[in-house]
Amino acid sequence: MTEMTETTAHSTPSTATAPEAGDLLRAEQVTMRFGGLIANKDVDFTIPRGSIVSLIGPNGAGKTTFFNQLTGMLQPTSGAITFDGTSIIGLSPHEIVELGVGRTFQNIRLFGDMTVLANVMVGRHVRMKSAWWQSLLGLPSVRAEEEAVRQRARELLDMVGLRRGYEEEFAKNLPYGDQRRLELARALASDPKLLLLDEPTAGMNPGETARMTQLIRRLRDELQLTVLLIEHDMKVVMGISERITVLDHGELLAEGHPDEIRSNPQVIEAYLGKGAAGT
Amino acid sequence: MPGRPPRLNLVNLFLWLLGGGILVLAGVGAFLTLSQGRLSGDQWESLIVAGIALGSVYALIALGYTLVYGILFMINFAHGEVFMWGAFTAYFAATALDDAGMMDANPILALFLTLLTAMLVSMVIAIILERVAYRPLRGAPRLVPLITAIGASLFLQYTARGFYGSGVRAYPSYGGLFEGTIDIGPLTMPIEDAVVVVAALALMLALYFFINNTRTGRAMRAVSEDKDVAAMMGINVDRIIVTTFAIGGLLAGAAGILYTLLFNQVHFFMGFLPGIKAFTAAVLGGIGNIIGAALGGLTLGILEQLGPNLFLTGYNIPAPNQLKDVLAFTVLVLVLIFRPSGFLGRKENV
Amino acid sequence: MPPLLRRAVITGFLGGAAGIHVSLVGMVEDFQGRDTIADIVSVGTMLPILIAIVVGWSAGSRMRAPLIDPTPRESLLFGTLAGAVTGALMALFALFINTVDVAWILSNAKPSLADLLWLDQGPVVGSLLLIIGGALFGAVGAVLHVLPGLISRSLAIGGAVTIVVALMEPFLGAVLRNVGLRFLEGFLYASGGLTLPGFILVFALVAGGVYLWRTRGHGTKERVEAMPADRRRIGKIVLYLAFIGLLLLLPQIVGSRLSEVVGTIGLYVLLGLGLNIVVGFAGLLDLGYVAFYAVGAYTTAVLTSPASPLISPELPFWGALPFVIVAAAMIGLMVGTPVLRLRGDYLAIVTLGFGEIARLIFLSEWAKPIVGGAQGILSIPPPLPFTNHPQVIYYPILFFCILAAIAASRLAASRVGRAWNAMREDESVAEATGVNTTKYKLLAFGLGAAFGCLSGAFFAAKIGTIFPNSFEILVSINALALIILGGMGNIYGVVVGAFVLVGLPELLREFAEYRLLIYGVVLVVMMLLRPEGLLPSRSRRAELHEDQGDDEAMYEHEAGVDTGRPVVTG
Repeated sequence: MTEMTETTAHSTPSTATAPEAGDLLRAEQVTMRFGGLIANKDVDFTIPRGSIVSLIGPNGAGKTTFFNQLTGMLQPTSGAITFDGTSIIGLSPHEIVELGVGRTFQNIRLFGDMTVLANVMVGRHVRMKSAWWQSLLGLPSVRAEEEAVRQRARELLDMVGLRRGYEEEFAKNLPYGDQRRLELARALASDPKLLLLDEPTAGMNPGETARMTQLIRRLRDELQLTVLLIEHDMKVVMGISERITVLDHGELLAEGHPDEIRSNPQVIEAYLGKGAAGT
Repeated sequence: MPGRPPRLNLVNLFLWLLGGGILVLAGVGAFLTLSQGRLSGDQWESLIVAGIALGSVYALIALGYTLVYGILFMINFAHGEVFMWGAFTAYFAATALDDAGMMDANPILALFLTLLTAMLVSMVIAIILERVAYRPLRGAPRLVPLITAIGASLFLQYTARGFYGSGVRAYPSYGGLFEGTIDIGPLTMPIEDAVVVVAALALMLALYFFINNTRTGRAMRAVSEDKDVAAMMGINVDRIIVTTFAIGGLLAGAAGILYTLLFNQVHFFMGFLPGIKAFTAAVLGGIGNIIGAALGGLTLGILEQLGPNLFLTGYNIPAPNQLKDVLAFTVLVLVLIFRPSGFLGRKENV
Repeated sequence: MPPLLRRAVITGFLGGAAGIHVSLVGMVEDFQGRDTIADIVSVGTMLPILIAIVVGWSAGSRMRAPLIDPTPRESLLFGTLAGAVTGALMALFALFINTVDVAWILSNAKPSLADLLWLDQGPVVGSLLLIIGGALFGAVGAVLHVLPGLISRSLAIGGAVTIVVALMEPFLGAVLRNVGLRFLEGFLYASGGLTLPGFILVFALVAGGVYLWRTRGHGTKERVEAMPADRRRIGKIVLYLAFIGLLLLLPQIVGSRLSEVVGTIGLYVLLGLGLNIVVGFAGLLDLGYVAFYAVGAYTTAVLTSPASPLISPELPFWGALPFVIVAAAMIGLMVGTPVLRLRGDYLAIVTLGFGEIARLIFLSEWAKPIVGGAQGILSIPPPLPFTNHPQVIYYPILFFCILAAIAASRLAASRVGRAWNAMREDESVAEATGVNTTKYKLLAFGLGAAFGCLSGAFFAAKIGTIFPNSFEILVSINALALIILGGMGNIYGVVVGAFVLVGLPELLREFAEYRLLIYGVVLVVMMLLRPEGLLPSRSRRAELHEDQGDDEAMYEHEAGVDTGRPVVTG
């Protein structure tokens, strides 16, 4: 374990410095309309550097829509989003990845017919420098970079706990839990500062869920990440989060420490109304 | 991906310049042509009339694309060939009837009989097509059925060539009844064109009625909304899909004979261009939408007849009608760039 | 009706339909001139025979729904029956066209066709022969299920290869003559096909070879793998050198007439490699690929030909080449940009439109002052000074093919290739993973265009004259069919595909007529049975065979998960 920490620490110099104080991501008055439907209304939201923040809310509360705006897959109708001091409004998803936002998907979306290793290496794409014509010429620098990236991909697979020896297996042939881990490794490969996880424990049994929660916390510590989760499993949310934001009907309902959220009457009402408070 | 509003970047800039440039060129061309008075009012009128007739044929073929797309979300590339087989069948039926003297004796009945045979043969081909080429591949990666469709299209084309030969065959005429003109409102129309328009219109109305008022039609709509839910409601999805292909085939067969009425000849390659143009019409009207297909067909037909003369003559381009297919394809590209949902389409379809 | 019987009858009917189809399109009659076995079985006669064999084979195979494994006796019985049904249908068909005159509709349905099907034995004996023959060859097909798997596989491969060897008579015969093996040629080939001894010899060699390789071959493979790395490396290099030597000597080996064909194959290899980037790597189904080919050819023609109507700088071929590349980049962007946001099928049809636009513009009166309209452009100079001899022009084409193959394989193995594959798998996830999909789509189109234009440039210089009608959609279809036959995404597949789909029709005049019909069948059958192509790239294979994942590896893996996964602790 210590060995692993060392390798990762020096291969990601960008995040090796101690986290500065302040907010890594700041969303102000974000509103998203689809025709007449308002999915997000005036959402103010911040993520402090180095924290693990959860975004919760009943089904249809606009969580995923909000998530998609953070990753550039949707553009907010109005409002501002800054990441690490840069406005990301109007940027394409790949540009936002380049700034340092990595994500996973609610329903796992791997490149199923590419190998496990290739999946992670695609994740590294934004951090690779060789241009297409350099690859065409087969320059030594290209080969060196390729080898380094392969190495890094293996490290990441180790780090998320994917067994060695299946690097050449097709991603779609992995069991469910491993697919989740692979998706995580692919997201980590871009050296994100902020990791967005869309229901990372969906469909997992309690044992797997516990391991995934530990993994997320460990990754945060080792890679100096900031993590934003969408999660339905309240046990996970309460256990892992340092801050929780509750959305309901597209609007910000409450924000605060898990204990505050747990006792917030509005939140309880929103959930009880949907019959989901028991979880 | 749900709609990301366009941002100003190089790609969009290029596309807007391209589209805007073409529209400006077309506008200036039209102005030059009209101001020089190159064509007389009668000439314009006959172009429009021809366009309406041609457009109604396109609309019939377009319906086949749109129906299948509405249900399977795939473009049946081989649909143009179904149309071609209809035209060939019509040719043989008409020749046989002509030999029997029926074309002169009772042209309406003869037309009806040829229409019926052509529609039936096209329907059978469409059904076989679905069974052999598409059904086994449902759920396969997107490229696979597409390539199969291209293969099926080649197969049907060159089977026709092998069976019937590679020459152009002239279609016999339906006696004296279809000669002369008829006045419809402000337009003077050749009777042949009027027959085409009326027949197409009747078929489209029948389809509209069928879709909206019969059990099977309602089931078709249900399947196009959501296959899984429809299956849960006890609808036999496979049967509905076959029905859809069959209806598309019937309409394409009818279009085949109407097209030969306009152009008087059949050829094994004749399905290719009308096929693509009808697809363009379907996209123009909003693919998946029945009224849209009709509107798109008419628009494209008129544009094809009128366009080259209107937009290009002003620039002194020689033989502008050579470029009418270029015009049709340009329309397709422009529509897909700027309004991929067409006139009446659902937005999520593209 | 018992399911096996039912299936046998249905299969027999389908076979009959196929037999009638090949007869009606004219293949049976047109292929009489070419023999599989000289003076005994013509290629035309072989078609129904092959159909009967396939019918017998499928009627005797394992049934899926309901799941039935026929006993050997059942296999044989139903295979024979199905073959007989096929034969009977064809007999009925022959009788029909012999008595009813339908030739005014179906131009090949003449009594002469009936005579041919009856083997000139008259209706009664002929019909009997058809039925008995059908049953016999149906049984031959079914026997493949009865024999041990290895033997039947050896026989099937032997049969297929022997037929190909017979078809390749013009090519292989010329090769044998040119390398001084005239006596072997005389033994194997008679004009039009294999001799009977030749047929038996080739069949025995191939079938026996396959059998031996499968039974004893493991040792060889292991021995090679056991060799020390440097010796294996040397072996590899020797193999490569031998291959390159063969390529260099090819024009001398095959002679001047066939060098022409090989040159054409080379042009299609270039086209295929380019289209493979767009379709195979990036997953963008471009049906208008001919536009690139045309632009390359016309750019070359205008810049080099003294007969170019308006602009005629009369550059040498190699001086025009940089301009061709620039033109390629431009046309690649022109086609690529508008289709950036289109889904697969829309993209296909719009690019199809672009291909037609290009041809129509080159054909039009409007562009005639520059590109010559329907008369085209004449007297385009050859790439190497003074000579356009096919044995010479082969070399620059070969050079660029090798260059293109190296370029394509390097790209495939790099960051670029991975980005393309990711895009092909799931465009929006690729974008969310950091791939600039706009850029990589345009790059695919640009590089594809470069290869296509290069091929077009050589086409113009090789032929010396170009007309708009050389650039019909069928060029795109050709290129598409060959990468699909060979295996999308695979570079060797492109070469094999080009040899089979371009080479064969060029060699066999009779095939040229049915080329596109055969392509259609190839496309459909490949998609239904083997979508990954003959020589699949690894990932395509997995992708297109959803239902046949690597079960074993999967199993092992799952077992491994329970026991060996390192437990992650905080």
